[in-house]
Amino acid sequence: MKRILLVLILLCFACNTNDELKVYNYDGIAPLINKTDDKVHVVNFWATWCAPCVKELPYFEKINKVYKAKGVELLLVSLDFPREYETKLKPFLKEKQLKSEVVCLNDVGQNRWIPAIDTTWSGAIPATIIYKVGKRKFYEKSFTYEELEKEVQQFLK
Amino acid sequence: MNFSNQEYKNANKFSVSKTLRIFTVLICLVCLTAFTTKTDAGGYKLGDVATDFSLINIDGKMVSLSDYKTVKGFVVIFTCNTCPYAVAYEDRIVDLDKKYASKGYPVIAIMPNDTYIKPGDNMQAMQARAKAKGFTFPYLMDDGQKIYPQYGATKTPHVYILEKTTKGNIVKYIGAIDDNYQDAAAVKTKYAENAIDALLAGKEIAQKTTRAIGCSIKVK
Repeated sequence: MKRILLVLILLCFACNTNDELKVYNYDGIAPLINKTDDKVHVVNFWATWCAPCVKELPYFEKINKVYKAKGVELLLVSLDFPREYETKLKPFLKEKQLKSEVVCLNDVGQNRWIPAIDTTWSGAIPATIIYKVGKRKFYEKSFTYEELEKEVQQFLK
Repeated sequence: MNFSNQEYKNANKFSVSKTLRIFTVLICLVCLTAFTTKTDAGGYKLGDVATDFSLINIDGKMVSLSDYKTVKGFVVIFTCNTCPYAVAYEDRIVDLDKKYASKGYPVIAIMPNDTYIKPGDNMQAMQARAKAKGFTFPYLMDDGQKIYPQYGATKTPHVYILEKTTKGNIVKYIGAIDDNYQDAAAVKTKYAENAIDALLAGKEIAQKTTRAIGCSIKVK
């Protein structure tokens, strides 16, 4: 088992080069959205086909830029269809040159992982989690930059 | 909202005494309940009576649930042209109607998006899609966006299965069509079909609510 894990970890590192996507199932994503370090984490669930998601991406990028030094870490979790990774997602990422970390969640067991991520999540995107150790909030909504910044600041207090 | 699963777990992990643990659980429950009440205020829960409506169909005629005199219930699906998840399910929605309309559970599709935001969901586009895909069911527009908030639909596709009773149309199932949006051939559990089969057999529905990713309903 440990060996398999090691191979998987190595594989993840191996694919972590250039424009290769990091694709996880829910069990792979879970540790990334439940970190126990001393940072404030902002996790945004989005997809290239989701217009309101694409609209608010620059706000998340700006948070990353402005608040990175203050201990805020961004993670953009793409829910794009795997068959569109090459045709839509990769060209999009190349064009936008996002600075925040992007990973893909590919897991058809949505009825399991949607409530596991948050019991109140109906499944609509955009959706966002902001958390730090001891505090966690879930938002099934779109943000303006000001709204997002206000929420992040609540966690920095 | 402040007490998500994770926090609940953390709270449990760090509490030392049993009393404290029980107290934490109680607080969590209170918070969860408070929040649930809040989120459900705008939508139906299982067992609620669903509202009827009079919405315009792609053929220009108005459609209401009360028009259907001999049915046993309805498969109300909030769906649209522009959401990839909804598109992925178009053929399966047609199949649902073909299989269950004759058994008393016709599909009623409702397009809930604001068409100013999503011109690809306007009436002409709805008509074209219905024709291209051979929709066998009404494809209604929630003109004025008054109906979807009453149901509590948040995304497309979002399914509500209603059972027609003397008290009205009772909400029996809320959620997804099946458990694999990517590949109809790889579906393991057909949630909506199982729910209708159970209703037809007079049995308890095994999974009354399910969740799936979808596109948020577009409002101005």
